[in-house]
Amino acid sequence: MKALALFATLVTGAILLYGTQDFAPWGDPASPASTRVSAYYIENSVRETHVPNLVTAVLGDYRGYDTMFETVVIYCAGLAVICILRRTKE
Amino acid sequence: MKIIRQRVEQREFGDNLIIRVSARILVPFIQLFGLYVIVHGHYSPGGGFQGGVLLGASFILLALAFDLKTSLQFFPARTNVFFGNLGALIYTGTALVCALVGGLFLDYSALAALLPIDPIEWRSLGIFIVEVGVGLAVMSIMLSLYWDISSNGDLDEGL
Repeated sequence: MKALALFATLVTGAILLYGTQDFAPWGDPASPASTRVSAYYIENSVRETHVPNLVTAVLGDYRGYDTMFETVVIYCAGLAVICILRRTKE
Repeated sequence: MKIIRQRVEQREFGDNLIIRVSARILVPFIQLFGLYVIVHGHYSPGGGFQGGVLLGASFILLALAFDLKTSLQFFPARTNVFFGNLGALIYTGTALVCALVGGLFLDYSALAALLPIDPIEWRSLGIFIVEVGVGLAVMSIMLSLYWDISSNGDLDEGL
């Protein structure tokens, strides 16, 4: 069983490493991530939100839907642990 | 190694004077830094998640240096659950209010209908409100995860 688990881990890791070969080089200005919305955020986010920190502007405003459900996921995790583990005194 | 194990079993580390005093000095500064990280997220690295983790870690340090009962005295379990709910509600509520006053869901500039300041300033302010909600939720969830897992759900004694 342990050998099987090790085999599965190694195969999955090899597939993931193989997938990284198709990544764009780090900092490549022509990569898809840099050509679509990044330029818009860099040019307009301070003017549109008045937040000097670009990361906060993207996290809280442009990608607010994503951050909202990140919070809800953390909240659900805490709620599940409380429901399963906590025993009240009375 | 054997001595260390004996001391851990007799909880000598938990009652150590140095650990207690240094934790008592450190906790207020950790909490102040957590608030700073939340509030200053507009201008420097940080925000709700990081600041909330710092605030939760300060109470976890209390629970580790003293015991779980002490941290429950400073932050009761019911208050903790209340803050967790409040944090999640602040975020989703802000988003919903944006939709109710006539804008898009999560479009903070629509809140200018409630309080007439510049819509762009509202976007900045909306991010801040939302970060506070995230900070509250993350703080209480971090703490309750530690409480429940370390005490097996009984909330009587921790590690």
